[in-house]
Amino acid sequence: MKDDSMDIEKYQIGKELDSFNYQQVQDDILAILEKGCSAVIDMTACNYVSSTGLRVLLYSKKVAASKGLKLYLVGISHEVKDIMDVTGFDTFFDSFNTMEECLEKVKN
Amino acid sequence: MHRVDFFPTHEYQGLKLRAGRPYPFGATVLGNMVNFSVYSRYATDCTLVLFHNHEEKPFVEIPFFKEFRLGNVFSMIIFDLDYENIEYGFRMDGPFQPEEGHRFDKTKILLDPYAKLIVGRDVWGQEPNWDSLYQYRARVVFDDFDWEDDVPMEIPVNDLIVYEMHVRNFTCGAASGVKHRGTFAGIIEKIPYLKELGVNCVELMPIHEFDEFENHRLSPVDGRELFNLWGYSNVGFFAPKAAYASSGKFAMQVDELKNMVKRLHKNGIEVILDVVFNHTAEGNEQGPYISYRGIDNKTYYMLTPEGYYYNFSGCGNTLNCNNPNVRDMIVESLRYWVTDYHIDGFRFDLAAILGRDQNGNPMSNPPLLESLAHDPILGKTKLIAEAWDAGGLYQVGSFPSWGRWAEWNGRFRDSMRRFLKSDEQVLSDVKERIIGSPDLYASQGRGIKASVNFITAHDGFTLMDLVSYNSKHNEANGEDNRDGENHNNSWNCGCEGDSDDPAINSLRHRQVKNAITMLMVSQGIPMVLSGDEMGNSQQGNNNAYCQDNEIAWLDWNNLEKNADIFRYFKQIIKFRRMHKVLRYEDHLRHCDYLGHGYPDFSWHGVKAWQPESGYNNLTVAFMLNGRYAETDGVPDDFIYVAMNMHWEMHGFELPQLPDGMAWHVFANTGMPTPEDIFEPDEEPLTENQNEVLVGPRSIIILVGKGKKVK
Repeated sequence: MKDDSMDIEKYQIGKELDSFNYQQVQDDILAILEKGCSAVIDMTACNYVSSTGLRVLLYSKKVAASKGLKLYLVGISHEVKDIMDVTGFDTFFDSFNTMEECLEKVKN
Repeated sequence: MHRVDFFPTHEYQGLKLRAGRPYPFGATVLGNMVNFSVYSRYATDCTLVLFHNHEEKPFVEIPFFKEFRLGNVFSMIIFDLDYENIEYGFRMDGPFQPEEGHRFDKTKILLDPYAKLIVGRDVWGQEPNWDSLYQYRARVVFDDFDWEDDVPMEIPVNDLIVYEMHVRNFTCGAASGVKHRGTFAGIIEKIPYLKELGVNCVELMPIHEFDEFENHRLSPVDGRELFNLWGYSNVGFFAPKAAYASSGKFAMQVDELKNMVKRLHKNGIEVILDVVFNHTAEGNEQGPYISYRGIDNKTYYMLTPEGYYYNFSGCGNTLNCNNPNVRDMIVESLRYWVTDYHIDGFRFDLAAILGRDQNGNPMSNPPLLESLAHDPILGKTKLIAEAWDAGGLYQVGSFPSWGRWAEWNGRFRDSMRRFLKSDEQVLSDVKERIIGSPDLYASQGRGIKASVNFITAHDGFTLMDLVSYNSKHNEANGEDNRDGENHNNSWNCGCEGDSDDPAINSLRHRQVKNAITMLMVSQGIPMVLSGDEMGNSQQGNNNAYCQDNEIAWLDWNNLEKNADIFRYFKQIIKFRRMHKVLRYEDHLRHCDYLGHGYPDFSWHGVKAWQPESGYNNLTVAFMLNGRYAETDGVPDDFIYVAMNMHWEMHGFELPQLPDGMAWHVFANTGMPTPEDIFEPDEEPLTENQNEVLVGPRSIIILVGKGKKVK
């Protein structure tokens, strides 16, 4: 879903992000970045991110940065946050509790 | 350009294959391929066994075709493998002839000796399925990690203050206050504490994968479960202990450990690993098949001429460290930990074994130790030997070093403990230890940096127990108190164990402060046992290797209960870090070779400049001249230390300082807190500049510097 006012596009991740679905997610996020849009990844529904999944997110973040774009995470569950904290992946991302918070921040 | 050889040549049950690359050993991801490679000198055949995660039965067993073997290496590439969801092992075929050293058994599924991610013991203490054919299961590791600008820290070895700790014991106690108790993540949560304490290096007791259920049993004394808590029993040399990661249940231990190292580095703290290359978890002839025994028994183990296991480790077998192939594995393991985990150094458990030849005889120039000393990747990695083994080889002071190896100085521990308990026969030895053990290390030109000084370590009493127990109390270990060290050089201060007597408790606190003072004012690398800074007790157990409970876990309530001890530790560590004159790299000369008017180091007695003056060999004093330890042209202060281990107070005449300088008191263990120690650099002026009174069993530290202008 694209927010026309800001060159930013939202992308929703399903219940899990792992080796079974990573390719589709990776392709979808890269497609957003390829269009020159920053990405807001809505993780509200996601309660598990595997090692592969963590790398999809970080790779996407780095691709975004290389294009001068942003990648935000929104609605990270406690389970996923825990994994990201202990593995250090949390340090690479700007994350928000809600989409509204994120968009507000981006606007400002 | 695309490579022309990235195409399958074989197909087996739907999987696309081609001959692999023999090197590197283990499982390596190459784009959309995984390369599997395993070495066995004596195997006749090998099969790669693949499982879906956690499943009991393999979904495929792929023989290494004839064209997949090169020399003694079996290797194969598999295309398009979903390797996050794969576990792998090997079956090896070959002779079962124990008398010849061979124990091949193709009914066993074997762990890759180079496995970098091992699952099967993912959550500490969770009972495994003992009927499973494959207990410790290799996975393919994600080896990419964003270290940003992190590299091993390369803190000069003489500047280190080492904190020896156990991942689980450190934060498992309920009062630790961390979210992820007993894990790498728990250590991250305690980084502010480590910084407050002031240490700049943590030495982790073994974190390679091991099985906490090895020798699992119930204590006959109190019925509690006993585990292999310490982990001196390797399952794999390349993989971290899964159950030490809060994310181990998701097989993310590699990322969690790397994150811990990165965070510690960011906070100025190095990481040294205690590594156990002297034996494996496979035990003796009756032990299980895990990996090495079935992969290539004769290569990996030292065997008697009859094919039995030599037992120089005291643990059933001995790794054949000076076999060229095993040597390579050890070197590669260490390089891997430095390259992929940014580890700063290693402490080698029972390192004397690493210098034995394949028949168990000590060698004068052991090739493994020489390789490690000269290895390009390990070139700035700290190498520390526990310079003895269970076979009677004791090499403290004589461990082959090539100028690179430091040693755990067991004689420092023994001498200082005896002095602490007022042994009148040990003063001359104590003096050697204070100045960095030149009797052990000067003649080889190894310098002070060869000596890792300690008074307590995981083996033996904690510091509080050292001053609370005359004898070990290991009954709960279920070995009739036969296990553990008998010669502890400990003294209980008048009552065995806990006491309500304020005088006894006061003396114990003073003795703890005396001990840490001896350690911190001695030349060499000081190592503190985790928990000593808060007066941690193991209730007299001096071998708590199996006590996964409050006996071995740090009780963080002690931080408040023994606040004076913690404060004293913090201040004296800070003092050492501020004063370069306490941290020489090379041995002292005991003369004024730069013409400063005072020698770099001088001994004193109760009379200044008269070291022979004293009482019962229980008093000693020394002075360090800060002008010999400049930082950017600015000299350090003079430091004077008077130790009185006599049970009576004595006056010590003070050496005169240069004009314009005066003695200030930094520490006096004979005083109650907070006058036992002051903030470094804010020390009050000493009232009497000519003499100090040092109380019974007390130590005073004075700092000689310019008088403050008011």
